[in-house]
Amino acid sequence: MEILVSIGVGLLFAGGIFLVLRPRSFSVVLGFTLISYAVNILVFVAGLLDRDTPPLFLPGAARLADPLPQALVLTAIVIGFGMTAYLVALSLRSLGEHGTDTVDSDRDAGE
Amino acid sequence: MSHLPILPILIPFVAAALMLLASNRPRLQAGIGFGAVLLGGAAALALCFDAGTGTIAVYRLGGWPAPFGIVLVADRLAAQMVLLTFALALPALLAGTGRAMPRHFHPLFQLQLAGIAGAFLTGDIFNLFVFFEILLLASYALLVGGNTPRQSRAALAYVILNLAGSALFLVALALIYATLGTLNMADIANRLAGVPPGDVALVRAAFAILITVFLLKAAVLPLAFWLPRTYAAAAPPAAMIFVIMTKVGIVLLLRLSVTIFGNTPTTAGLLLPWLPVLAIATIALGTVGAFAADRLAIVVANLVLVSAGTLVFAVAFADTGAIAALLFYLPHSALVTAGLFLLAALVDQDRGDLGDRLVRGPAVASRTMLGTAFLILAVAVAGLPPLSGFLGKLMLLQSVGTGGWQAAWWAALLGSGLGLTVVLARAASLLFWQQDSATPSAGPTLAGPKLALLVLVIASPAMTLAARPLADWTSATAKQLSDRQAYIAAVLGSDPIARERRP
Repeated sequence: MEILVSIGVGLLFAGGIFLVLRPRSFSVVLGFTLISYAVNILVFVAGLLDRDTPPLFLPGAARLADPLPQALVLTAIVIGFGMTAYLVALSLRSLGEHGTDTVDSDRDAGE
Repeated sequence: MSHLPILPILIPFVAAALMLLASNRPRLQAGIGFGAVLLGGAAALALCFDAGTGTIAVYRLGGWPAPFGIVLVADRLAAQMVLLTFALALPALLAGTGRAMPRHFHPLFQLQLAGIAGAFLTGDIFNLFVFFEILLLASYALLVGGNTPRQSRAALAYVILNLAGSALFLVALALIYATLGTLNMADIANRLAGVPPGDVALVRAAFAILITVFLLKAAVLPLAFWLPRTYAAAAPPAAMIFVIMTKVGIVLLLRLSVTIFGNTPTTAGLLLPWLPVLAIATIALGTVGAFAADRLAIVVANLVLVSAGTLVFAVAFADTGAIAALLFYLPHSALVTAGLFLLAALVDQDRGDLGDRLVRGPAVASRTMLGTAFLILAVAVAGLPPLSGFLGKLMLLQSVGTGGWQAAWWAALLGSGLGLTVVLARAASLLFWQQDSATPSAGPTLAGPKLALLVLVIASPAMTLAARPLADWTSATAKQLSDRQAYIAAVLGSDPIARERRP
């Protein structure tokens, strides 16, 4: 299971990094979406993979899962979502102002 | 338990919320902003007095015991940096008076302050991540506040780079939690001594990623290219408070290297062989960039790079003398570069279409005032005697870089000082001396920005006069910082709760 999750995280990172390095801001936004998936899964499994273990103290549960990474990942998801939304808004504005959605910022010499 | 350590975070937060209620009344918003900065500054001053006695104030949020709950730790370093933040916020706000500020400027500015103060005060690295995001999000919005195309282009690159930084930060946090089982800085420091051999590589990788993130914030080569364009595009109040953001990265690097790493063998060699090389390269890049700049604001942004390189070099060695010198040089460089950003903006206003471009043009309206301010700030920032830049560099030359590094360090610091002197003299000659016509262009003269400039111009001579007490304070801070057992004991208590390792 650990191997499978690691490979998944690695694939998401690889795809995300490839997209972030593309010259168009649309691909960059998609790339960051993939990277934040990868990061969130990584944070989630930082509490170690386990099954049939509730994160709350319930009567009858023999073992407990670590609840902290679940709280952390919730925070990370919210922040990542907000940041991506801001990036989308900014890309749209840049597209509107410059007429192109390339990220390469060396083209603004004639402003 | 005193509630003092949380006030510098809480006051700006509450002020930002209040401002949203008054979102159609800019004057009221500005009033709340000044009130909050003054109150926050008073709280920071009280924090400094408390920390000056040598106690490390630990604030446990919700009363949870240390490794489980989040703590704020106000030691001398944190108190000093929070005070500097508010000391810089006051002239930054003053610089924004008298002109129409972008909508929501004031609440965003307060959130920025809350994020910076929180990043200095927190004792928990996940909490540090959250404060980083608060200050970054506020800085993204402050940066594009002026609605110019130059800003939105600069902001896009800045936001993308920092999103990548945030992702790396989370990766580092996940690895640290998975291997050490804690996110509390003192607890991490404690546990680093007993890392099982199988985990050592993962722990080192986690901290290497964390160092990368801090170096990105501090703008050290190869992660420095975003800074000149971004800072030069920001409007003056934003650019002035951005100056402290690079210092956040430097102070956190210091905290990581001294308080968390100490001399633990697990993390040995993560900083030392290569960081001084990058620092010197950053100094060189900043100096060359200043020569190549075609606008005054870009020259100043490159000065920020030079000072980042200088400070990071001192962090890499981090013995008591180096830390003391670094903590003296840091406030000086923050205040002086903020003053120069404001000056660049005033020149930009005065010269109409020419802006702050370094070309010969009509006379600047308030030539005597701006020229004198430029002279004082330039002498301070280039490190010429008699101002505080000279004293700071002298302390750095004396205490940092013993052994094989000495020659390179002296060459870098003195060479960049000489280079910057030439650049600044050339800029002054173009802007204030060689003028096309005797009739000055009629620029708007505003009381607020002038007062802000006055405050920042006085800062360096004042630091020079008060050099002895300030140096005593910073060397006491360096001593306190080097005693990591005292920090750990203050946060975790002398008898840390024994916990079983997770299965």
